[in-house]
Amino acid sequence: MTDLAQPLPAAGFQIRPRRLSPEASRARTRSRYAAEQRFKLVGLLAVLTSLGLLALLLSTVVLQGYSAFVQTQIRLPVALNAAELDPDGRRDPAALAKADYAAVLNDALYRLFPEVTERRAKRALRGLLSTGAAIQLRQAVLAEPGLIGTTAELWLLASDDIDQLFKGFVDRSSAQADRRVTDAELGWVATLEQTGRIETTFNKWLFTNGDSREPELAGVWGAIVGSFYMMLVTLCLAVPLGVGAALYLEEFAPKNNRWVDLIEVNINNLAAVPSIVFGLLGLAIYLQLFGLPRSAPLVGGLTLALMTLPIIVVATRAALRAVPPSIRQAALGIGASKIQMVTDHVLPLAMPGILTGTIIGMAHALGETAPLLMIGMVAFIMNVPAGPLDPATVLPVQIYLWADSPERAFTERTAAAIMILLGFLLLMNLFAVILRQRLQTKW
Amino acid sequence: MVSPMNAPQQTPRPAQTGSAQTSSAQTGLVQTGLAEPARAGFGAPAPAASPVPEPRMTARNVNLWYGQKQALFEVSLDIPKHQVTALIGPSGCGKSTFLRCLNRMNDTIEGVRMEGDIRLDGRDIYDRSIDVVELRQAVGMVFQKPNPFPKSIYDNIAYGPRIHGLAQDKAELDEIVENSLKGAGLWTEVQDRLDTPGNSLSGGQQQRLCIARAIAVSPEVILMDEPCSALDPIATAHIEELIDALRANFTIAIVTHNMQQAARVSQKTAFFHLGKLIEHDDTEQIFTNPRQSMTQDYITGRFG
Repeated sequence: MTDLAQPLPAAGFQIRPRRLSPEASRARTRSRYAAEQRFKLVGLLAVLTSLGLLALLLSTVVLQGYSAFVQTQIRLPVALNAAELDPDGRRDPAALAKADYAAVLNDALYRLFPEVTERRAKRALRGLLSTGAAIQLRQAVLAEPGLIGTTAELWLLASDDIDQLFKGFVDRSSAQADRRVTDAELGWVATLEQTGRIETTFNKWLFTNGDSREPELAGVWGAIVGSFYMMLVTLCLAVPLGVGAALYLEEFAPKNNRWVDLIEVNINNLAAVPSIVFGLLGLAIYLQLFGLPRSAPLVGGLTLALMTLPIIVVATRAALRAVPPSIRQAALGIGASKIQMVTDHVLPLAMPGILTGTIIGMAHALGETAPLLMIGMVAFIMNVPAGPLDPATVLPVQIYLWADSPERAFTERTAAAIMILLGFLLLMNLFAVILRQRLQTKW
Repeated sequence: MVSPMNAPQQTPRPAQTGSAQTSSAQTGLVQTGLAEPARAGFGAPAPAASPVPEPRMTARNVNLWYGQKQALFEVSLDIPKHQVTALIGPSGCGKSTFLRCLNRMNDTIEGVRMEGDIRLDGRDIYDRSIDVVELRQAVGMVFQKPNPFPKSIYDNIAYGPRIHGLAQDKAELDEIVENSLKGAGLWTEVQDRLDTPGNSLSGGQQQRLCIARAIAVSPEVILMDEPCSALDPIATAHIEELIDALRANFTIAIVTHNMQQAARVSQKTAFFHLGKLIEHDDTEQIFTNPRQSMTQDYITGRFG
């Protein structure tokens, strides 16, 4: 019917057909195929290059860090003399906790190597064990007071130098002055090895301890808990604010309004602000102005919430815009109010997109370091934080701190902490993918 | 759009059993199940029947602009009670725009400005005292493309009564859902799978689901914006029979591109061209003896 309204071509008008010669046509086909092949090849090369670089990065980290998941221990026959540990004989835990376990351990070492008599050599011998070994012994005695009066065979932490030696990171052929382990220590370790008194076990301390100056005692648990509190604060703040802002801007704000445009531009710009600037902001506002405690996950969470906010707003708006207008019309058409339309239909349909954006934003925040340096979370903190107001450190900052430490044993721990952080990020992304697939609605 | 996969569900059924039989049964159910609803907000009690049906909705001198562009010019039209009014005309003539004025769906479009006077049972629907939510409950709408919510069939129907508080308990809601689906001629096809998603139905079934959803809130007027343009002929025939059946309880205004459809389902026809109402009269009059030559040209296919 509409065709009738179109003017017909004038009578006598003809279009002369144009045809390429068969050769020219073939040549064009060939060059078209060649162009396609080239494009595919370049694309494939790009993908392979990035995959290769990623594999290189990951393998470096894994190769450096795998050894941190085991820890060298030494088995010692420890004589737990009742007179020495528990003079009044009442097995009072308070009294037991105060006993000098380091001396007990030293005696055990001297008895194992009776040939060592010189003062300096004795000090070196004491260095076989970690300073944490005394704490281990105390815990063992407190857990089982029946050990007192016997000679117990106990596995105790070796010091970091011995740990590195036993894991094979010390070049035995180099000159004594060039290595951290003396010839005497090499001999003692060899003796221990022959008698089966030294071996590596799973390094549970890496997962249960806070930070420490001694590599063999340093763990990421404090950083994990700190990260958890910080992410909790970020989540509670950034998600409601971000989703609310996006909902308002997308569904309720007047269109073509100068102020709304200004806000939109600023939100998009906020996403591009360098993270260190957010750190400065946190320092100036939260610490100086509000007087919140330094190094606290609360402040870190507040700062990172600012940084995550634009990511969540942008992702939420994209998800809201992807909800088909026909659904909005359907809701309005049966008399739903705008709020009912949004909460009953638009928001549930946009949920997978919002959740994905949120998790990506949170993963981004979990890996962030720079702004946290500005608010003092770079401090050395041994305790595991008990709440968001306690001083704490977080995983990426812990990595930064360990990477900065001179001991050889911290190198492998840095790589191990990177692996743990990557594991958490991977888990979060996996969660995002699963959520998206679960909640996706088919139209 | 009815995909080839959906079509076979409907085609095997003979047209007589599929349409005539069920529709007569359903028509009866429509009248018992969905008797004239009593309402507080709109709709004065109907006066004694008069030979000329009085208008349920009246539009007077409606002008409408999309930004700078004027889309409707001085349109005045009555939508009579318990009749089907068809709005026809070439694309872009303003018939859909006019239809959307009747339940203020144009409010949701940015930059629309309207002048004129539209009344539902004598009340100005653009008056400040009118709540647009209440208006849209009284004047329901069915869209061109079937747009069920991505929820179960039951929830699709139950949503409207829920938000308007029309059911006191679950049993009442069940009854509304059942009656609405019966009214839309869908009950026998879906009664044993009410919890399956609404968009798992075929295109024609989806559109009937949308009609059921519209009548579930007991509207007085149902606006249909080319409800069959995305459907195959069999589904279209279903909907057309349904429209005829619904006329007993509701007042209907339908936009259509299909002139045969207008002739089949409507009692009144209004012809729009370039935003102006050219002619409106009884459908029979328009299709057999139009007063305007432009109408004559359009319905005979000489332009459009």
